[in-house]
Amino acid sequence: MKIKSQRDFWSGLMFVVVGLAFAWGATNYNFGQSARPGPGYFPFGLGVLLAILGAIVLFKALTIETADGDPIGTFAWKPLLYIVGTVALFGWALPHLGMFIALPVLVVVAALAGNEFHWGEALLNAAILTAGSWVIFIWGLNLTIPLKPWFMGG
Amino acid sequence: MDMIHNLALGFGVAFTLQNLAYAFFGSVLGTLIGVLPGLGPVATIAMLLPSIYSLDATPALIMLAGIYYGAQYGGSTTSILINVPGESSSVVTCIDGYQMARQGRAGAALAAAGLGSFFAGCVGTVIIAAFAPPLTELAFKFGPAEYFSLMVLGLIGAVVLASGSLIKAIAMILLGLLLGQINTDVISGVPRYSFDIPELTDGIGFVGIAMGVFGFGEIIANLGMPAERREVFTKNVKGLWPTRQDFRNAWPAVIRGTAVGSLLGVLPGGGALLASFAAYTVEKKMPAKAGELPFGKGNIRGVAGPESANNAGAQTSFIPMLTLGIPPNAVMALMVGAMTIKGIQPGPQVMTSNPELFWGLIASMWVGNAMLVVLNLPLIGIWIKLLTVPYRFLFPAIIVFCGVGLYTLSNSAFDVYIGAGFAVVGYLFYKLSCEPAPLLLGYILGPMMEENLRRALLLSRGDWGTFVLRPLSAGLLIAAALMIVVVMLPTIRNKRESVFVEEL
Repeated sequence: MKIKSQRDFWSGLMFVVVGLAFAWGATNYNFGQSARPGPGYFPFGLGVLLAILGAIVLFKALTIETADGDPIGTFAWKPLLYIVGTVALFGWALPHLGMFIALPVLVVVAALAGNEFHWGEALLNAAILTAGSWVIFIWGLNLTIPLKPWFMGG
Repeated sequence: MDMIHNLALGFGVAFTLQNLAYAFFGSVLGTLIGVLPGLGPVATIAMLLPSIYSLDATPALIMLAGIYYGAQYGGSTTSILINVPGESSSVVTCIDGYQMARQGRAGAALAAAGLGSFFAGCVGTVIIAAFAPPLTELAFKFGPAEYFSLMVLGLIGAVVLASGSLIKAIAMILLGLLLGQINTDVISGVPRYSFDIPELTDGIGFVGIAMGVFGFGEIIANLGMPAERREVFTKNVKGLWPTRQDFRNAWPAVIRGTAVGSLLGVLPGGGALLASFAAYTVEKKMPAKAGELPFGKGNIRGVAGPESANNAGAQTSFIPMLTLGIPPNAVMALMVGAMTIKGIQPGPQVMTSNPELFWGLIASMWVGNAMLVVLNLPLIGIWIKLLTVPYRFLFPAIIVFCGVGLYTLSNSAFDVYIGAGFAVVGYLFYKLSCEPAPLLLGYILGPMMEENLRRALLLSRGDWGTFVLRPLSAGLLIAAALMIVVVMLPTIRNKRESVFVEEL
């Protein structure tokens, strides 16, 4: 059997897997009866329904011709890894190292994800955004955000 | 008389210095993000949600509303000047607006878009004020079964009218509903799908989902695309005022666009995007006057109609959100979230329990629209300058705002990690061409839907027939089923695909 639409095939598969996973997870909770539905009632139904719809999408992806096979195309690995990585790093760094270190690092690493990178520009952008964030979030909105690393008593 | 009394109350609220300032700020920010391609109202409102913790509910919602309709004004600017829609709702404006700009008539196009939007905004405000109270009365007659059916209709409507594959869109709704199940069950108090992670017992948090998918995910998608060369027609913006002939041609289009937009905004799934497409189709069908340029060659009606319609649609899409608590599109879903953050349960009771908020928000829309005309037409030069800011400066700024915002949600890194996780999910959706907006709607409505379903079943002693035996509920479900059937009909299906084909 040949896949007629790559995008639909994989999204159908995703729906089936996620739907079944939720439905299976729902069996851990009390299902109740229709007259007194328990916490597992609604998610189980939804999960099964999602799996069925996913199966239909899968079926169509395998049977209905498309002009070019709907290729998914190449993944933009570089931006994906850099952006996700820098956000996760920021999540760890902000409470530990404080905004004055975490934020410039975030800006510079994020800038590496783009097609064009210049150190000067990235550092300038980092300086502007850090100062701007301080004005908006700390001075303006009075939010409590750690500013300095833990060893400096921030 | 009631309406005048109510509007007077609203204007009293809207004209306080603080609320004027927030309406202004929202409108400016809306215009800004409308002008910048690659940054839309959904991501922006998600970014600002953490900051509204320190605001009162009324100024917060006034500001967020300003962002939505402000973006409709700003979006037309980029469409006309660089042929890149700043917002998806301004896609059709490119067709004729850009041609006008190439002929040196960018000023006239911008003025037609701005003045048309203002007219539509005024009409939209009056329509909300007139129709919200009766709809609210109706909503009070709703029991849990009706509410459940209404949400089904709302969710189905939201995808039927959108572009792309219908089954995938419905699957995305279900996925959203399921993500909304990660919480503590309200009735039994059992934590679900939390994997013993304490943070997950309160749910994933829709700010993390919205920022991950619409903020980070879009950035990754944008960076994955080759950089495009843009041609900006900045030097040609002179003679802002349209000619008399322009006025004569444009005003019927403005009125038609406003009517189409107001109507489609109220429908589930409606809003600015659908309104602009429909209005362009209507204008194309209208007989051309003698000496008029054909569509696609710089006809002013092709700008005035859709631009009026998207603003009217943006305004009237507040009606289902304000009166029923049911968001018709992703922006309204975020507004519902914002209300919840401020401790206001969205639904028909908002009008009676928070009249200042309700009418103040409506009045502020008119005020905001007036500000926007002033902001947009004379200050157009400033907005054009913004277009020259390269994306490589812009996207780190978006990430910074999202990152800090996520952290401050509960002063913990957990929400930031959620955002990072949903960035991957968002990019995956993009690659698989799964629309993320229905997912957000489902996520917002999920807990409400479950509660109403379970309450309805309790009341009917487990009889599912309650949904089809109660006439109002049955009517709503039939309407939802009809929508699916109609869209599945081959002739409609082909048409639906061709209407949205320009979007791709």
